[in-house]
Amino acid sequence: MSLPLIETFSTTSAYLPLVARIADVRPLTQLEKLFTIELPGDLSLKHAPGQFVELSVFGVGEAPFSISSSPSRSNGTFELCVRQAGQVTDALHALGPGDAVGVRGPFGRGFPVRRFRGKDLLFLPGGLGLAPLRSLINQVLDERSNYGRVIILYGARHPSELLFQDELTLWSAREDVEVQVTVDRSDGNWQGHVGVITTLIPEVQLYAPNTVAFTVGPPVMYRFVLVELLGKGIREGNIWLSLERRMKCGIGKCGHCQINHLYTCLDGPCFPYAQIKRLEEAL
Amino acid sequence: MNLQVLPKGALVEWIELLSARYRVIGPKRKQEVVQQQPAGDTQQPPREQYIFGELQGAHELELSYPSTILPPKKVFLPQKEELFSFKDNGHQVDLQLDERRTVIFGIHTCDLHAVLLLDQAFSQGAADQHYMARRANTTLVSIECLEPCSENAFCKDMGTWIMPETFDLHLTDLGHEYALEIGSAKGSELLQNLTNIRTATETDYWRFNQVISAKWARFPYRLEADLSELPSLLAISYRSQVWEELGQQCLGCGTCTAVCPTCYCFDVVDEVNFDLTSGKRFRVWDSCQFGQFASVAGGHDFRNSRAARLRHRFYHKFKYQSDSFGLAGCVGCGRCAEACLVNIKPIDVINKLHRKRVAVSGKRQEVMG
Repeated sequence: MSLPLIETFSTTSAYLPLVARIADVRPLTQLEKLFTIELPGDLSLKHAPGQFVELSVFGVGEAPFSISSSPSRSNGTFELCVRQAGQVTDALHALGPGDAVGVRGPFGRGFPVRRFRGKDLLFLPGGLGLAPLRSLINQVLDERSNYGRVIILYGARHPSELLFQDELTLWSAREDVEVQVTVDRSDGNWQGHVGVITTLIPEVQLYAPNTVAFTVGPPVMYRFVLVELLGKGIREGNIWLSLERRMKCGIGKCGHCQINHLYTCLDGPCFPYAQIKRLEEAL
Repeated sequence: MNLQVLPKGALVEWIELLSARYRVIGPKRKQEVVQQQPAGDTQQPPREQYIFGELQGAHELELSYPSTILPPKKVFLPQKEELFSFKDNGHQVDLQLDERRTVIFGIHTCDLHAVLLLDQAFSQGAADQHYMARRANTTLVSIECLEPCSENAFCKDMGTWIMPETFDLHLTDLGHEYALEIGSAKGSELLQNLTNIRTATETDYWRFNQVISAKWARFPYRLEADLSELPSLLAISYRSQVWEELGQQCLGCGTCTAVCPTCYCFDVVDEVNFDLTSGKRFRVWDSCQFGQFASVAGGHDFRNSRAARLRHRFYHKFKYQSDSFGLAGCVGCGRCAEACLVNIKPIDVINKLHRKRVAVSGKRQEVMG
């Protein structure tokens, strides 16, 4: 029987990472790579979609990353989609299969998947926001009959920045998934929709009372997407967001991820809009 | 209450006995006072400063100190502490837990309340073993304040000018003797082999009560709002102009958080050795007053003005922690006000917010007749 990774921390130190191995690295775009991490022995991450881990490159530091793989496809490994954007991610991008990294987690509150059974699910990832939502999307697709419609509206700034293109093709090919992709700026070869992600929303026909929406993206996107979703009549408690903060410790101590009185690492990162709409520091 | 009495002269022997078994830390004079007096300015001698430091003997102990520069949190949460060392790119990791048996002697009750708050923060949910290890091996000897230490202190308002329910050993100065209250087994252990101690007589109890009750009139209230009102006062003051004004003054230097007995925000940093495969991971103090504290990888800063950062600190102390712990996050020690380079003082800030509300509700009453 596999042991959840998080249970190994209580006896030692919550800050002590477990040494894991990079099993595979796959470039997704110029800036993003998908890392497959393999835990040692019988350990498995046992995460929920939307949760995050703290990943260490020893000697450089540690940073939080949302888990990109579905729990339904874990098997002792998990995937992180990492954009090269700072010291830790620079160092990580220089690593390859076989190299050691430190792992702590999983941390935070993910999406409560079981609560969405029977609902129509509308996914709105913007840019790197597809990384955490891919975990939930694949879990939903692996138990497809439990849910109503599955609609994915994905927006990126430019065709070259689209993540998981092979999976987007797979999802699009399925009859039980509705996929639309848009880019803010086109290039010569782009045949698809051009415009920000919000331009896709008005065209979608929804039965609002039975729809749950999931949106993950940069803060500026949330403001516009929320207006559209609320305008469609989707309830505030049925719009889920994942908020990005610099969760340094992951256990509600270091203070970096506070949103007013909430700790993103404990209370989030996944929140229903109803819970955060009155928090001035949320969006 | 089981009261013991110890003559002050026995302190030398007591510290000696303790030093054989513990690392003894207490308030003492800051040694290297190298303050340059401006030419011609002979009016003000440099103010004596006190620190919590390891005692070489009872002669160093200054139990009538007003306050220390840094609170005793530095014992449990050093400014920089090693969490673990690693070798071979992390394949070999050695955890560092500090389990030295320690006594902190002469803690004021405000600082004792602060330690209890840190205990809550570090023990709830996933416990912080590095803090817990130090805390478990430390015994606190607190001392009753009989005089207010500074006009910046508002301990009476915050309810921290008297002892909390939880303590190890508590001293009260009775003149030539100390009254000792024993609050825990850890505290009682400190009295082992102490020869000069005796059980209090009825007269001692009478003297003790006299000393304690004389405190009331000596300590002033400095806040115009009651402790119980502070969370709601802040709840209606989020968009107050006061925060913008303070933001204009504030230098963002983080001194207030460094000297605060209840501030515990930290950062985690790695240091690598020359071989590039071994090194150490440290925890270092951080401050919510620093720019970048709330920023993320893409560069977005979720608290991008000094006004917003200062407001966050006040809300964390006087509202968020009160809401979640049932204890205010400030103990009213006044260190931040003493240390602030531009004289931002919590007493003034709270009174200003309160006066604004009183003025507004006064107007409203007029309108309503």
